[in-house]
Amino acid sequence: MTATISIQKVDKAYGKIHALREVSFDLPPGGICALVGHNGAGKTTLIKLMLGLIQPSGGAIRVLGEDPAAGEFSARRQLGYLPENVAFNAALTGRETLSFYARLKQLKPATASTMLDRVGLGDAADRRVGTYSKGMRQRLGLAQALLGRPRILLLDEPTTGLDPALRQTFYDILHELRDGGATVLISSHALSELEGRAQHVLIMNRGTLVAEGTLAELRRLSQLPIRVSFELGPGYDDAAPTWLANLAASGTDGHVVLVPDDERKMALLQVAAADPQVRNIEVVTPTLDDLYAHFLRARETAE
Amino acid sequence: MKTVTIIAGKEILESLRNRWVLATTLLLAALALSLTFLGSAPTGNVGAGALDVVVVSLSSLTIFLLPLIALLISHDAIVGEMERGTMILLLSYPVGRYQIVLGKFCGHVLILAFATVIGYGVAAGALAISGAAVLAASWYAFAWMIGTSIMLGAAFVAIGYLISSLAGDRGTAAGVSVGVWLIMVLVFDMALLGLLVVDQGRTVSASVLERLLFLNPTDIYRLANLTGFNVSQFSGMAGLAGSTGASTLALLVGMVLWIAVPLGLATVSFARREL
Repeated sequence: MTATISIQKVDKAYGKIHALREVSFDLPPGGICALVGHNGAGKTTLIKLMLGLIQPSGGAIRVLGEDPAAGEFSARRQLGYLPENVAFNAALTGRETLSFYARLKQLKPATASTMLDRVGLGDAADRRVGTYSKGMRQRLGLAQALLGRPRILLLDEPTTGLDPALRQTFYDILHELRDGGATVLISSHALSELEGRAQHVLIMNRGTLVAEGTLAELRRLSQLPIRVSFELGPGYDDAAPTWLANLAASGTDGHVVLVPDDERKMALLQVAAADPQVRNIEVVTPTLDDLYAHFLRARETAE
Repeated sequence: MKTVTIIAGKEILESLRNRWVLATTLLLAALALSLTFLGSAPTGNVGAGALDVVVVSLSSLTIFLLPLIALLISHDAIVGEMERGTMILLLSYPVGRYQIVLGKFCGHVLILAFATVIGYGVAAGALAISGAAVLAASWYAFAWMIGTSIMLGAAFVAIGYLISSLAGDRGTAAGVSVGVWLIMVLVFDMALLGLLVVDQGRTVSASVLERLLFLNPTDIYRLANLTGFNVSQFSGMAGLAGSTGASTLALLVGMVLWIAVPLGLATVSFARREL
């Protein structure tokens, strides 16, 4: 399958400030991708480049095979975007606002009503947007991004201000779109939320892409240890079993072992599982938070 | 084209909601009515042209008021949407930047046209009902006045967009708009008058003066409305009217240029702008 979004050696400078340096990656269709990084790491600049709102200083961008800044608008009909701070004209009602956006995407204005129900704004559809709470405006923002089953969704901090219930429906909708072959790019600080949902992770720092890959790949790259902790039965009250004691050199802390990679983890688990005195085994792999912190630190020390 | 219509429609709907349309129409109607009935007091009912007097007084009102209203609604159109964050969302849609400018322009000009036609039309209607005798030529002058008023408004809407597309923030756009209004409506004519006094007719001939007047849309409007045969005797422009040879066509072309050039420049500068 060819990539729906392709970024090749993209640079972006605002005067003397380098917002992006030599960023390259491809995103395949049918996947959720997390774009993580500090404020000012270049996440929003990257999204604006994909939308064609700004021109790159160097490099090439292809979105659905087109250059987004070339002024061809047809690709944008298959694109949904939710800005970081979404704003609407306060004088119009939710329904009017959404049917305006539906018409711009050449959809029937009636699709707006179904979408409003879907994000839970059905009852407030005929109230002015000015009376909406922040969460409701965010829902309206989501609704407009999801109009017309987009093939690419660019979401800048999408879940800020959403209550947990709607957050769940939001991810349900995303999974449905992904299964239909859409590329979903989520820029976020809420790393724990993306864990297990994003297949692909891009880590940005100060305008450069420091790491990229699936969570498993990033774990391998980072060489962060996996924590395995054991709950032992009464037979081992006095001393640790020999198989556990032998690991002392590789970082044992009581009944917790840190193993550097998957092979050694499996070897350890096989031994431990064979010992009838082991009551429970808990395996904690590095979280997205850990990985993020690790790659940023690695970059800092490299510089 | 369809996109332009959609954007124009939204602009009109917003203005209806914000009471802009209502406020502008009421303001123009109230001023037009008071000018029509109070303004005819000095001339009395002698002579033919009750409506001609109305045309003169309404034109003078238009020169001050319509550019101000036009700049008020237009100076915010681009920079304001950028600051509020609605522009970035709109541009992620399959919409060209020229379509946004053109759509907003159509919407805003339609609002101004509605307000002008209704507001001034009420005054003329009231005059007709009150039984004043009105010549066909006067009706023609009145219709011409409304048409050129809308064009004057459109020219200042376009100028407002140009300011809006260049300004860095809304405050600057508002300030520059007030400045442009002052220059176009007041300062330009005074400067021209000063030039004429100083020059004493040595280098600034009638034809040069006429060309200078084309540098300001409000003066084109003056030439178009206050120098008509029936009207010039009331307007105090009879002297100028005698000496100007600007044809109706030249005036129209001048006006259209004052609409098209700022609008084109606004589109270009908006298209080059990064968000």
